[in-house]
Amino acid sequence: MNKERYKEITNEIVPEEDKVKNGFTAFLVGGLVGLLGQIIVVVLENNFNVAHKDATSIMIVFLIFVASLCTALGFFDNLVSKAKAGLIVPITGFAHAMTSAMLDYKKEGFVTGIGANAFKLTGSVILYGVVSAYIFGLVRYLFFGG
Amino acid sequence: MTIKYNNVYLKDVSTIACQNEKIGNFGKLYDKTYDDYYAGEKTFEQAEIKIIEESVNIALTKSKLQLNDIDALIGADLLNQITPSAYASKDLKVPFLGTYNACASMCEEFIIGGSLLQNKEVSNVLLNVSSHNMTAERQYRNPVEYGCPKPKRATFTVTGSATAIITKEKTNIKVSSVSIGTTTDLGVTDVYDMGSVMAPAAAKTIYEHLNDTNSKPEDYDLIMTGDLGVYGKEILKKYMKEAYDINLDEKLEDAGSIIYDRKNQEEVKAGGSGPACLALVSYTDVINKMRNGNLKKVLLVATGALMSPTMNNQKLSIPSIAHAVCLEVVK
Repeated sequence: MNKERYKEITNEIVPEEDKVKNGFTAFLVGGLVGLLGQIIVVVLENNFNVAHKDATSIMIVFLIFVASLCTALGFFDNLVSKAKAGLIVPITGFAHAMTSAMLDYKKEGFVTGIGANAFKLTGSVILYGVVSAYIFGLVRYLFFGG
Repeated sequence: MTIKYNNVYLKDVSTIACQNEKIGNFGKLYDKTYDDYYAGEKTFEQAEIKIIEESVNIALTKSKLQLNDIDALIGADLLNQITPSAYASKDLKVPFLGTYNACASMCEEFIIGGSLLQNKEVSNVLLNVSSHNMTAERQYRNPVEYGCPKPKRATFTVTGSATAIITKEKTNIKVSSVSIGTTTDLGVTDVYDMGSVMAPAAAKTIYEHLNDTNSKPEDYDLIMTGDLGVYGKEILKKYMKEAYDINLDEKLEDAGSIIYDRKNQEEVKAGGSGPACLALVSYTDVINKMRNGNLKKVLLVATGALMSPTMNNQKLSIPSIAHAVCLEVVK
């Protein structure tokens, strides 16, 4: 049997993922994380007199902290496997990916374990995040006057 | 390639499993179960070493043998450098062979062990397989706390260790023949779809075994594959019919599809996988049924995806292999 025919057989039997359901869950959960972030920003601005720029930074730090804490307490992975992209795409996913990698390697020492593997999953996010920031910064500087 | 044996018998078996298998379909049949992945150890890898040692010791106790009576220990697991088996062998202090054929290792061990028994110096061989969900997940996929969402076609690595002792001394269960499979690759690259990867290898081995032994599926009471999962099992049936014109419908069962209670254990998705998967099912349910006389001739087909994350990143498809062992009840 050739590869093409085999692919037809497997496609027939292996089920498709529920893209609509997954998309809806991600939309809903991701939206709730966004809403939570917005509430924090508004509360900080209105009740604590924090400037908008500082308020967003504090909000990001807060979400990263909460996500990392939940990962360390051991239940964030269950939430991720249910909410899927809803928790992976926001900043919570980044924090979770880093903390989970560090937890995974903590028994292998601070340097050879945690240090060497902290960015196992997030390394590419950081690398290409910085690279694209440079490119867009340059484009903005050259063509839109900074 | 099929080898027939006239002097290889199964003496005894032992099984150890963890919490997910405990609430699965054969939970009550395992010799020992743990309620967490650590099994009282500090790390998952050390837990795997521990369950290997314990499973070997339980098998020895059950068969009333001492470590001195064992001429060779053959070990297999999923990790790089076959670490858990190698480290367990350090404390067991018996001649040790480490083997790797991913989840097809169980039958590979029967082939090597059975052939060793053809020598007059060898009379008892211990065959151990183990797998650990967390150690495998860590090595092949993502950090365990990441909880990466899995598609429906994914399988769940079994945590457990199983030991069989094969011997020249006559017992009720005879290892009558074994078939060495050939590596197959039909171009599947999806790391979550092991059923599709392995089904052609299983089909080829079953076909060759039937051919070499001049038998038909009807001659067997059960043909049990290792860890194709529910979808892989269907693919195998269809592929077998189309490629070899053999109908397996009634006789085929897949250990991965039945080891868990899939209705209540949604996290296992398409079923169980890992070298210990087939061993945990066949050394409990199947062997019990053979001893009770409900099954007389069984073909075990361990299926393995020879997957490497490195080669997968280099965009190569995943090869697979399957080996078969025929067990028969003798008087």
